[in-house]
Amino acid sequence: MILDRIWVSGPEARLLPAEGLHGPTVAVMAMMSFVMIVVAAAGLALANAAGVVVSGTESRYIVELPAASASGLPRAVAAARAVPGVRDVSAVPQAEMRKTLERWMGDAANSPDLPIPAMATVELARGADPAAVRSAVRAQVPEARFSAESVELKPLLHSLRALQWLALALVLLMAAATAAAIVLAARGALDTHRPTVEIMHGIGATDRQVTRLFERKIAIDAIAGALAATIAAVIVLLAVGGGVSATAADLAWTAPFGVSDLLILALVPVAAVAIAIAVAHMTLLRALRASL
Amino acid sequence: MQLSAIVQFESVGLRYGTGAEVLRDLDFSLSKGGFYFLTGASGAGKTSLLKLLYLAQRPTRGRIRLFDRDLSDAERESLPHFRRRIGVVFQDFRLIRHLSAFDNVALPLRIAGRDEAEIGSAVREMLDWVGLGDRAGARPATLSGGEQQRVAIARAVITQPDLLVADEPTGNVDADMARRLLHLFDGLNGLGTTVVVATHDLGLIASNPRADILRLDSGALVDPTGLLRNPPRMDRREARP
Repeated sequence: MILDRIWVSGPEARLLPAEGLHGPTVAVMAMMSFVMIVVAAAGLALANAAGVVVSGTESRYIVELPAASASGLPRAVAAARAVPGVRDVSAVPQAEMRKTLERWMGDAANSPDLPIPAMATVELARGADPAAVRSAVRAQVPEARFSAESVELKPLLHSLRALQWLALALVLLMAAATAAAIVLAARGALDTHRPTVEIMHGIGATDRQVTRLFERKIAIDAIAGALAATIAAVIVLLAVGGGVSATAADLAWTAPFGVSDLLILALVPVAAVAIAIAVAHMTLLRALRASL
Repeated sequence: MQLSAIVQFESVGLRYGTGAEVLRDLDFSLSKGGFYFLTGASGAGKTSLLKLLYLAQRPTRGRIRLFDRDLSDAERESLPHFRRRIGVVFQDFRLIRHLSAFDNVALPLRIAGRDEAEIGSAVREMLDWVGLGDRAGARPATLSGGEQQRVAIARAVITQPDLLVADEPTGNVDADMARRLLHLFDGLNGLGTTVVVATHDLGLIASNPRADILRLDSGALVDPTGLLRNPPRMDRREARP
């Protein structure tokens, strides 16, 4: 479809003067497409992160004992292990918890006066009953708190989903802005070449013949802009991706993009070009219909 | 043999916007194969009448039949087909300035979808005829007014249109070229093209005594003989010496 819009014979192409690839359409398309690709990439990365968090936490539970009852952790762990369907129970070492707290509290995290709760993570097999584990643990340590990790991470997941929708909304907004810019570019091109259009109409050219010339020019500009945007976005994403991977490893996340994600990202500039051509086509036809 | 009408105006009026009517109560027919001069003082409405003829304007009242079809309120999608049967020589030439003389003349053929090889020979022949064979690659800006006029005429006649409408076609050419252009129009007329030439040039009118004269005065046709309402029944070409 796009190639069909670009290809016209040499003499036909000469009907509009060659202006090269330095018009505003190229720059607008490049900027819009770049932002769309980067924002779409961020949205997909967030979606993947949320997926990783969900799949990693849906069968995981936390046993938490207040500092005063921390000595009961071995009993609680043993009780949990004895429940059918429990795959794994691991006590979180105190040193690891203090190390985590160090990020926010600094050296104060290592103070013996700081009350550190005792914690263990419980992983259940599919179909296992978490209520049975809660009962078994509380039978040993009544103060124990038993909660699903997914519940603890719900606010984070909620934020990730919200950001994901925000990214989608931004991509759609940029697409709408691209369409608006193309409307202006198409009208501007038509105004600039109004005498040529009038002559062509007077000689018997159809709206489609006239539209095709302008569509071709806008399509070439749009493709050039989208191509430049794609190259720039790939460079930026590769650079940023390195940093994300390091953080991901830290958070036990997987690689931010799968094959389907890369396919979606590759389709973003193609969609931007398709939008530009379709909008140009409709704008030009509508503008031409206003004349006789 | 009765000549059928290629153009019929019935009570046609034209106004631009909310202004006064620039053309009013036009009732006339143009015979297929006829040759007409359209005269009148400046501002009489000659160019407006031509615009109605070459479908650049719709009448604000009345009916216009062209090529046996009422085009007064025809859908605009149908108009290109009829415009391709009309050749127009504009007073201001209206050449596409970034195209060469060759490409300007070739434009109607390309729009009509003719083959490039056929276009090449037809355009070269036409440019030779109007004496611009050696200026085929020149752009309008590098041509004189007369040369531009000839390119415009070549573009208008290259498709051998059924109706040729020319607005002051000899305004920028010398007497010799004016004679040649009239000869070209006459030749086309001989092939069946109906020719309508708006002109102030009395010499041009006098050089073709067979032509009918449409005279506009303040937007109305002056037709003392009634010939315009009732075109002659005799084939003009048969009547030629």
